[in-house]
Amino acid sequence: MTLPLRTRAEEVAARFPPLLVRAETLASSVVMGEHGRRRAGMGENFWQYRPATAQDDARNIDWRRSARSDASFVQDKEWQIAQTVSLWVDQSASLDFASGAQLETKLQRARLIGLASAILMLRAGERVGLVSPHIPAKRGSEQILRLTSALSETQADNAPSAEHFAPHARAIFISDFFSNLEAVETALAKAASLGVTGLLLQVLDPAEETFPFGGRTIFESVDKRLEFETLRAKDLRPAYLERLNERKDRLQKLAQRSGWHYQIHHTDQSSTQALLSVYAALERQR
Amino acid sequence: MWSLGPIGFTSPLLLWALALLPVIVYLLRAVPPAPIRRKFPGIVLLLGLKDKESQTDTTPWWLLLLRLLAVAAVIIGFAGPLLNPRDQSVSTSKRLLIVMDASWGAAQDWDNTKAMAEAILDQAARDEALTALVSLTYSSTEPTFVSPQVNSALLDSIGPQAWEPQEGDYLALVASLPQEPFDTIWLSDGLERSGREALLDALRSKGRVSVATPASPILALRPAELRDGTISVTALRSGDVSTEARIRALGLDPAGIERVLEEQPLSFEAGTFMATAAFNLPPELRNRLTRFDIANFASAGAVSLTGDALRRREVALVDTGTSQEGLELLSPFHYLREALAPSADILSGPLDQLLLANPDVIALADVAALPPIQTAELTTWVENGGLLLRFAGPNLAIADRLRDEANALLPVELRTGGRTLGGAMSWGEPKALAPFKEDSPFFGLTLPEDVSVSTQVLAQPSPKLAGRVIAELSDGTPLVTRKTLGLGQVVLFHVTANAEWSSLPLSGLFVQMLERLALASGNRAQLIQDLETSTWSPTQIMDGFGAMTAVDTLENVDGATIASSQISADLPPGIYQANEQTIALNAVSENRILEAATWPSDVIRIGQEASETKDLKGAVLTAALVLALIDIIAAIGLTGRLRVAQFLVFSLGIGVLSHGAQAQDDSFALEATENVVLAHVLTGDDALDARAKAGLLGLSQALFRRTSVEPAAPMGVNLETDEIALFPFLYWPISPDQPIPSQEAYAKLNLYLQRGGLILFDTRDADRAGFGGGTPEGQKLRRIAIGLDIPPLEPIPQDHVLSRTFYLLQAYPGRFDSLDIWVEAAQANAEQIEGLPFRILNDGVTPVVIGGNDWASAWAVDEIGNRLYPVGRGMAGEQQREYAYRFGINLIMHVLTGNYKSDQVHVPALLDRLGQ
Repeated sequence: MTLPLRTRAEEVAARFPPLLVRAETLASSVVMGEHGRRRAGMGENFWQYRPATAQDDARNIDWRRSARSDASFVQDKEWQIAQTVSLWVDQSASLDFASGAQLETKLQRARLIGLASAILMLRAGERVGLVSPHIPAKRGSEQILRLTSALSETQADNAPSAEHFAPHARAIFISDFFSNLEAVETALAKAASLGVTGLLLQVLDPAEETFPFGGRTIFESVDKRLEFETLRAKDLRPAYLERLNERKDRLQKLAQRSGWHYQIHHTDQSSTQALLSVYAALERQR
Repeated sequence: MWSLGPIGFTSPLLLWALALLPVIVYLLRAVPPAPIRRKFPGIVLLLGLKDKESQTDTTPWWLLLLRLLAVAAVIIGFAGPLLNPRDQSVSTSKRLLIVMDASWGAAQDWDNTKAMAEAILDQAARDEALTALVSLTYSSTEPTFVSPQVNSALLDSIGPQAWEPQEGDYLALVASLPQEPFDTIWLSDGLERSGREALLDALRSKGRVSVATPASPILALRPAELRDGTISVTALRSGDVSTEARIRALGLDPAGIERVLEEQPLSFEAGTFMATAAFNLPPELRNRLTRFDIANFASAGAVSLTGDALRRREVALVDTGTSQEGLELLSPFHYLREALAPSADILSGPLDQLLLANPDVIALADVAALPPIQTAELTTWVENGGLLLRFAGPNLAIADRLRDEANALLPVELRTGGRTLGGAMSWGEPKALAPFKEDSPFFGLTLPEDVSVSTQVLAQPSPKLAGRVIAELSDGTPLVTRKTLGLGQVVLFHVTANAEWSSLPLSGLFVQMLERLALASGNRAQLIQDLETSTWSPTQIMDGFGAMTAVDTLENVDGATIASSQISADLPPGIYQANEQTIALNAVSENRILEAATWPSDVIRIGQEASETKDLKGAVLTAALVLALIDIIAAIGLTGRLRVAQFLVFSLGIGVLSHGAQAQDDSFALEATENVVLAHVLTGDDALDARAKAGLLGLSQALFRRTSVEPAAPMGVNLETDEIALFPFLYWPISPDQPIPSQEAYAKLNLYLQRGGLILFDTRDADRAGFGGGTPEGQKLRRIAIGLDIPPLEPIPQDHVLSRTFYLLQAYPGRFDSLDIWVEAAQANAEQIEGLPFRILNDGVTPVVIGGNDWASAWAVDEIGNRLYPVGRGMAGEQQREYAYRFGINLIMHVLTGNYKSDQVHVPALLDRLGQ
């Protein structure tokens, strides 16, 4: 069924502000920390006074400080440069799942965290871009709207890629990492070669961690392409959990090898917590 | 009908369907439970996993069993199972006579008896037989054979009666039996009576006789007897089966409600059919007794009404004419009065008047000589059953006439003089009492150590003396003597009734002795005479189950019938009354013995308990349904659809709902306490309530604007349901037709007034009422205030603190301007202190302010602040309204600040004293 364009447009638009609003609310709950590079350089904040050398322009001399002694002093500013952050939010259908009515779907949560961290970084003056669909990294609040619109649509195919990574940039990959890991591995290898570091955030539903099923069950994937029947779902639990842990280990090792961080977020946890961990992970790398 | 053990089936062919069960087993095992479809993104991780065992895809054995049971129950249910189907052995004939004893003996087991009769009639209906139903306790019952349905209807009207079938009833039935043969089922109460054999023989000659008797023996109580102050109740039983019974003494409590006064266990010894329980009740309780019964045994036979038999005695104390005013402790009757007052009604006066009152006991203290006429009258009275109680004394000791003719009224001849023991002029010590002999009415009373006798009158030795002494001193001299005279008796205490001659009247023993004597003195002749001459009207009648019903429509019964005590339909057991006297007729007579009936061996005995035919169809089908429901739940559980968590959430939800109701209560309290809230009492008159609310709103706004009191919106208070302690101030407009508060509401209001609340009563009638309040509102206020704990009031004095808590006021107008405002009266010692504007008055807050100035109307505003009601005319009216507000503000300030404002007047003096 194809809805009239306008209806769909309105539907999309209707989704738009809440996501943005929630993302902004979430972002505003994290207090911005220092963004300086902790060394003298181009910037606005005071860093230190140092005696003027011959290279310094006379107009750079801080006369107020110099007047208190015989030497002339120059005020150094803290070096501040903008970082480039590439964001990848897995928007495939398999994320569109929530085990309970009171829970958010993984997709909603992934988008929320992605957008919130993007807002956070844009506010800090960083440049943020999207990996898939590709949105070049830019600064400013305009970028927030662009990112929001890109994150409001379900993308059929959005494998991560390191194609547009800038050297020494930062990256955030948000997904449940249930689909093929090859693409992630390739992207991370490329990123490592470019000196890009970042964070793998695995968003999981609580049901996926505990496997609280029993009895005869037919499991099907969210897009209904896959089916798996079991007669006693309860018996499968240990095997499933073992495989899940294996996958987590693999991701952990992958992240370690390429100098990334790896974190797990459950949809029944607070999204603020996830955002804080994203923020802390990026902060640590600076 | 085909039957299997105790269960029969109406359509046994259906049971062949049970053979299908193995097929069902096969089908059920082959089909596994339906799968549940679940979306699950983690399916990627599941792919390639294998189930551990393939066996579980079939239905588990317990579920299979459950389903099989359900199916089997359905099949069996439709096959029409009957428990205990009645086989034909009881009755082969098409005519069946059902004889019921229906006496009080059948009452305890009546439900079973009736159910059995119903079952028999049902069976007869199934067999298309004719039945006749005869109850032996209903007179003029003639067996007529009709369809069982007619008898079923009749059965409902038959109940156990409080009397038993008489011999005549049996014989009448024998005479009216029809000629044709028939079978008989006799629903007996199991008791042997004369005439039963004759009826049984007659019935046996007509056809087969089956008998059902109660499973447990029948218990009954004989009338209670009073012997020497102890009430003994004898219980009877009909069978030698170990029986435990509890005898209860029931009586009215002071509020007039029947209660169990005492309860005693009773056990029959093996082989005996009689057991006696002794009740030693204090006189207070004994006077209240109405009946004895056996706990958990509902039968008229197990109830023993007491009637007048245990009633309070009348004791007459004869005035000797010499009144010694002020010497109460020396009065001969003081101790007697004290001792008898709890247990008897005491009369006193001259003897000739007392004789007219016909008391049970007449007490004479130290009376030596009576006028001859009185002596004769007194003798007649004693001979008719009175008890004459005499005490010795100085007069009796010196009288010498007593030795010859006058000793009819003395138990023994007395020697002149008496003797003194242990006095200043005598040898020997005061004597103690000897233990009571076994034939003495005092036997068993314990002797206190400290009772001693120092003076006594002595009896002339004679052959009769030994038989008349009922208490003696340790040296064998008589202390109390007694002789019978006609139906009555004369008792003499050889000491005085006061403590002059002995310490006996001071001891508890004296009380016990008097009780034993006085209570053993029923006036029997009087009762018999009354019975024969008078007409008795039944006031309460007992039914077969022993329950009492008050009646006033039954015919009166003449005394002769009552005296015969022949309990029957014409003379049902119960309470009968004539001339202030009541007599109790019991279903069981004084010398009744219960004897179980014996039945010949060819009579078929049918037990009552296991004989009921029960249709099990409903029960079995219900079981099938329940099994099916369990199966559903189990099947859901098996497929993993059932979550314990869902149940928890559900029950939690219920918990939250119930919590919601609680929260509503709190919201009232929260609203009332978050700020100062003025409140008015809801009168039920909507217009008046709205006016009061608007008035308080206006006052609240004025307070808000002018003072630091910032009240929230006023609230209406329902005195019955709402908590008023939350409000510092209540405005109570009086309307003539508002309801008077309940007792609980009054309790709340009084507590409120005690704890410092203030109620402003407004009768709103100052325009009409003068001083005194004769208006309907004023009268209503009086009626409301009756229940309130209001201190003395006075018209508000000029220097009352209310006149200057915020504004200085001289009048307290509302819509009307009257000075009749009443507040708590000042303390009597309150004095005007020189130089101070007013007295130290009402250190607390006056709990009520009463007036009729209709303040609420003067204060009233609507939501946007417009005045609602006019006050006076022009500027003068507006000024009056302003003063009304000022009064309101002063009042609230008075409530909220308490005595602070009246203390403030001392501040100048205090500062002055401090030298500042």
